[in-house]
Amino acid sequence: MATLHTRTTARFMLSPAVLLLLVWMIVPLGMTLYFSFLRYNLLMPGMEAFAGIENYQFFLTDPAFMDALVNTLLLVGGVLLITVVGGVFLALLIDQPFWGQGIVRLLVISPFFVMPTVSALVWKNMFMHPVNGLFAWVARGFGLAPIDWLASVPLLSIVIIVAWGWLPFATLIILTALQSLDQEQKEAAEMDGAGALSIFAYITLPHLARALTVVVLIETIFLLSVFAEILVTTNGGPGTASTNIPYLIYAQALLQYDIGGASAGGVVAIVLANIVAVFLIRMIGKNLEA
Amino acid sequence: MARAVTRRRKLAFTLVGWTIGLTLFFPILWAILTSFKSEGEAIASPPSFLFFHWTLENYAEVQARSDYLLYALNSVVISLGSTGLGLLVAIPAAWSMAFAPSKRTKDILMWMLSTKMLPPVGVLVPIYLLFRDFGLLDTRGGLVAVLMLMNLPIIVWMLYTYFKEIPGEILEAARMDGATLAKEIVHVLAPMAVPGIASTVLLNIILAWNEAFWTLNLTASDAAPLSAFIASYSSPEGLFWAKLSAASTLAIAPILVMGWFSQKQLVRGLTFGAVK
Repeated sequence: MATLHTRTTARFMLSPAVLLLLVWMIVPLGMTLYFSFLRYNLLMPGMEAFAGIENYQFFLTDPAFMDALVNTLLLVGGVLLITVVGGVFLALLIDQPFWGQGIVRLLVISPFFVMPTVSALVWKNMFMHPVNGLFAWVARGFGLAPIDWLASVPLLSIVIIVAWGWLPFATLIILTALQSLDQEQKEAAEMDGAGALSIFAYITLPHLARALTVVVLIETIFLLSVFAEILVTTNGGPGTASTNIPYLIYAQALLQYDIGGASAGGVVAIVLANIVAVFLIRMIGKNLEA
Repeated sequence: MARAVTRRRKLAFTLVGWTIGLTLFFPILWAILTSFKSEGEAIASPPSFLFFHWTLENYAEVQARSDYLLYALNSVVISLGSTGLGLLVAIPAAWSMAFAPSKRTKDILMWMLSTKMLPPVGVLVPIYLLFRDFGLLDTRGGLVAVLMLMNLPIIVWMLYTYFKEIPGEILEAARMDGATLAKEIVHVLAPMAVPGIASTVLLNIILAWNEAFWTLNLTASDAAPLSAFIASYSSPEGLFWAKLSAASTLAIAPILVMGWFSQKQLVRGLTFGAVK
């Protein structure tokens, strides 16, 4: 169908996008990889030297790295748990007919559009502040001692803030999938005497499996890179209690000027993200054929 | 078979639905309310929910003290600029893959997607050093370029899934009638592609507006957009909650409204067409 002429045109039209992305990917990646084998600190210019795997040894055996790795996994896992379970629940709820459904739907998805720095600071100050925050006021109302959220449970606080932003994403996608469910199938099951629970377990949940997988994978990609929320609330502290891998690399590079060490960290972060990406890309690729 | 939904059941769901909806929306509502309070009332405990002295002074103060409009303008320039540039590159690419696919089209799409999976922090060091060496730190142009490249895969993908839905026969018919490639694009394709392009633009503006990794790391003051400017309120000195709230309200309001209008298209864009 496509003539030689259109094929050449097509290739010509495609090339700017491909070239740009190729450069955008290869140049920084190559530099990160190169720097990761150098002893290179911005405070000591002209002292760059080949370091072998020293940076990796340093980064991987740094106790802060283990803390950051655990924190990263807890952060991703915690937010996923809240958003997936909450998202299914919210989607099922919004799918029911009730008055003002459309408006409630808008209210529920709103947090997704709040920029990370705003949501983090609003939560940090107006809700989690140990003296003037709303949580402290509620706690005192119940006769409890208010807790200093970001000082005593920093990681949990950040999980709450981030989950608030991603819950709408999960809800919206699960809701979209839910609405494509064949109603006749459900009615047939009902006629056969299936209860609400078994309809959910045997019809709704299998139908949602794809959407849930997509939610988990895409959220994981983004959650592995959470940064702004930590920067404006805890700065990774106290100690390393809320430092994740992106924050650790940022601190290594832009606070300690250790380019070599930070690059080694960057390579580690890329490897981690790729483990997830492989699954996601395979899934989307399958969908492209369908 | 019409299932009779009893009134009582509907009422119960209305009650639960609104309670949860308002709870999730509450932090936004609270920030909006606080923006109309005086600083004293903003930190008062017990808090006043509606019966306080409403004032607009915070909005005036935010502008007077920190030149808010400059940051807002930066946000506009950066999100519109990166979206516009992205479209310029992505429309031809998506067009050619949708209407003149080759054996490698799928691989190219998949590869583009994979560049989006690269964690930004993995390339923070080289991008920072390149920006420093080329004098791009804290410039709008530099940020436009980075955000454009970051979102390019999403733009290409979204446009591709929309273009795919335009029936190819229409193009062939136009070709048979002797339309040139340029005419084919302007008169046949463009009108049909406008809705898809519009939702792509909307999603991309939202993503660029809210971006807070590169904006925090690559800007300081001159080119800082709102996402970076708001971060300056994280300093522990003094409690400027009313001003923070005013600045936040202005920063999220336009995007919130855009998001409400684009919620359907959003799903497609964010899942790369995997959920429709």
